Amino acid sequence: MWDEAMLSMLAQGIGETLYMVLFSTFFAYVIGLPLGILLVTSAKGGIRPCQWLFKTLDVIVNITRSIPFLILLIAVIPFTRFVVRTTIGPTATIVPLTLSAAPFIARLVESSIKEIDVGVIEAAQSMGASFMQIICKVMLPEAKPSLIVGSAIATTTILGYSAMAGVVGGGGLGTIAINYGLYRFENDVMFVTVVLIVVVVQVLQSIGMKAAGLSDKRK
Amino acid sequence: MNNSIIEIKSLSKTFKSKNTEVHALNDINLSIEQGDIFGIIGMSGAGKSTLVRCINMLEKPTAGTVLFDGKDLSALSDRELREARHSMGMIFQQFNLLMQRTAEGNICFPLEIIGADKAAAKKRAKELLELVGLSDRAKSYPSQLSGGQKQRVAIARALATNPKVLLCDEATSALDPTTTTSILALLKDINQRLGITIVIITHQMSVIEEICNRVAIISESKIAETGAVKDIFSKPQTAAAQKLVYPEGKRTEKFISKRCMRIVFDGNSSFEPVIANMVLECKAPVNIMYADTKNIDGKAFGQMVVQLPEDEALAQKMFTYVRARGLSAEEVSGYVG
Repeated sequence: MWDEAMLSMLAQGIGETLYMVLFSTFFAYVIGLPLGILLVTSAKGGIRPCQWLFKTLDVIVNITRSIPFLILLIAVIPFTRFVVRTTIGPTATIVPLTLSAAPFIARLVESSIKEIDVGVIEAAQSMGASFMQIICKVMLPEAKPSLIVGSAIATTTILGYSAMAGVVGGGGLGTIAINYGLYRFENDVMFVTVVLIVVVVQVLQSIGMKAAGLSDKRK
Repeated sequence: MNNSIIEIKSLSKTFKSKNTEVHALNDINLSIEQGDIFGIIGMSGAGKSTLVRCINMLEKPTAGTVLFDGKDLSALSDRELREARHSMGMIFQQFNLLMQRTAEGNICFPLEIIGADKAAAKKRAKELLELVGLSDRAKSYPSQLSGGQKQRVAIARALATNPKVLLCDEATSALDPTTTTSILALLKDINQRLGITIVIITHQMSVIEEICNRVAIISESKIAETGAVKDIFSKPQTAAAQKLVYPEGKRTEKFISKRCMRIVFDGNSSFEPVIANMVLECKAPVNIMYADTKNIDGKAFGQMVVQLPEDEALAQKMFTYVRARGLSAEEVSGYVG
């Protein structure tokens, strides 16, 4: 059974998984990064406190984070169809993955930026730095190592979710594991796919940690 | 002509939390002249940090005004305030350097904020590193520098945009005594060479003695006393000032059992050995019971209590001698310790 067709299917599975994960991570950051920054700046004691904005964002993030991924996946099908004109396959999975990861990433970004010593931000303010300058020149560069660690966590979490999307034909390694292992009881194929997922997670995580270590000038 | 660069008028700051109000500053009036090294001293919790943070509006005053170079800072728009802040450098107790930037990068930072040309910023950073004596550490990250070196980088960074005023918020409190002395010497040098007005917040009397020419004593959210450093040291008027000048308290009396003389030094030349000369002149020994004098800028401040000889004529001669030298002397006999 380990013929060429099977191997090429697994290779395609890895390719699809990476495609879904990298694109969803990217889009989730497009939404989550500004969201996380706003959570920090609008909070009490932030550089531009704004109670209603903070409360609104905080509640939205909490609500979207508490919806289980499988339910979100199905609930947003109409939206997915509207955005990418299909509801199955890896491209369709990117939509719910992005929506579910964005608030999670917002929290990761928020906690990374909050690690920065407030004194450093105050020093920038004392020099007359503007709102955007503080974000771009102080918050993001100073939080860089922590943001990179966060992105490794985000990527691997999204990878785990992408496998769940296999249930609804989401494509990638998850679909292979479910089709072969769950429906056809071909446990060896399932085992191999799971091992592959573990390997991909390992690789992404260690790249992230290595990059974070290299970028950290504090030690 | 009015030379004030910073003028604080009836400034108050109240912090409100759910059910309490804390009056951190209460009706503060201060005027800081161009070229001053102005010290603001007080015990912790007296409100001095809040005061310096009100000067550049990091803390918005609840009432009153701060005039900087003739402009009312609380009336400025956000943009105007940011521009005014380009003329005020600030250094902190915890240095507050950007940890992910090199020493050079940190000094370039305020220049990037004002949109300076990159090459010009690097050139300026090089000059400033030279000024603070760290030319060889341009590429070092803050984590690779000692506390004193970090504060030097912070000073260089604060000076990058050629500010008119340098605000120092407990800038030496995290440093050891030797490093403190060298940082203070650097500040004094900057003040003399560049003519920058320096405002120093501290709880260390030694910092004031060493470099300030004027001082304000802040106690319980109010200015207790303000004036030239030598006046406050020789004749502290208020209880708050006396507590700072004589931290041990004025407990000289308990040493005195026989006829004694208290001599007060208030700015006489410290190069003249008054007591030794008096002994030589009168040809009789005295017993030093208590002495607490300080040398500030070549002038002696403080007080001394000496036990006089039993001989009345000799004692009178000594009083006359000391008074003739321009010192004030009083008799403190009659106390039994």
